[in-house]
Amino acid sequence: MNIHKIATYLNGLTDQSDTGLIFDCVPIAGEVDVLRVDIQGREEIPVFVSVTGDQILCISYLWGEDEVIEGKKAEMMEAMLEMNIPMPLSSFARIEHKYVIFGALSEHSTLADIEHEVSVLSDNSLEVITEMADYLK
Amino acid sequence: MSILKKIITAVRGGAREVGEEIIDANSTRIFEQEIRDAENHLTKAKRDLTEVMAKQMQASRELERVKGEIKEHEGYVAQALSQNNEALALEVAEKIAQLEVELQEQTTSHSSYEKAALRLKDLIKKSERQLADYQRQLSMVKTTDSVQKATAAITDSFTSSNSSLLSAKESLERIKQKQAMFDDKLAAAEQLQAESGDQSLKDKLKEAGIGQQQSSANAVLERLKNKG
Repeated sequence: MNIHKIATYLNGLTDQSDTGLIFDCVPIAGEVDVLRVDIQGREEIPVFVSVTGDQILCISYLWGEDEVIEGKKAEMMEAMLEMNIPMPLSSFARIEHKYVIFGALSEHSTLADIEHEVSVLSDNSLEVITEMADYLK
Repeated sequence: MSILKKIITAVRGGAREVGEEIIDANSTRIFEQEIRDAENHLTKAKRDLTEVMAKQMQASRELERVKGEIKEHEGYVAQALSQNNEALALEVAEKIAQLEVELQEQTTSHSSYEKAALRLKDLIKKSERQLADYQRQLSMVKTTDSVQKATAAITDSFTSSNSSLLSAKESLERIKQKQAMFDDKLAAAEQLQAESGDQSLKDKLKEAGIGQQQSSANAVLERLKNKG
């Protein structure tokens, strides 16, 4: 699997996607291939897809450390830990100073699996921000 | 130190300077070499196992053959004795004694092949587990490295677009507004559709002369004539 295959597939779906979302994929230049997947109507929170060795990683950036209300960080982290398993397919992580939500798939996943993953990840990210709003500035 | 521990230490230590790698590329190469060596050992062990198992099967066939021959010759002894041919019976018994020595030898080699096969199977299982563990650890190292590089690329692309300026709450608000606008549009379109659907039904009824009809000059004249 490579990001160009994923881009061609997701862009080619237009309004025929199983998930009802419309995707617009743009590869990002860099040392490793990263695909930026914009979802129509949700352009503010894109999903980033990269293929690394034996897995496909889909990541959305949620908020920065500086957006967390002072004194509420520990409570927020506990809430995130507790929400981690009930949340379908996605998990929380932190990359540098940003909290992220991510899903990891096997490199042998089908394109339909990837579409499903990206769609669930995007839904989850919106829900998580809504749920965690109390901890954020 | 475990690989995971190393990664955590490196990330926490902030090995994020330009050109500084979380895991040093040289040790990754050494690790990859170790995995290749382990794979080679495993391939060799599997080949050895095939050979030993083939020999074990051969020994077991041989064992059956010798057992069969002993049984056959025991029958001959019985026949010779029943003919009171003591000399012939003795000769056959000597043959049986030889076969029994052979049986002993075959049994020994069969069981030694069996033991070797068991040992190799254990070794292969152990190597396979070890290899899977190495591969998992290498995958951790590579993923860390790759996520770090991907993050760099994403951060660069963020700075070139204005989406990085929005906070999570602002982004969500915008998305909700867009969703609301979309929902409104959809509702408006549905209403429009319903209204035009109504209109077309009225048109059809009118065409068929059903329902309230618009009065025409002819109809008025007709009515007045009838009155007079």
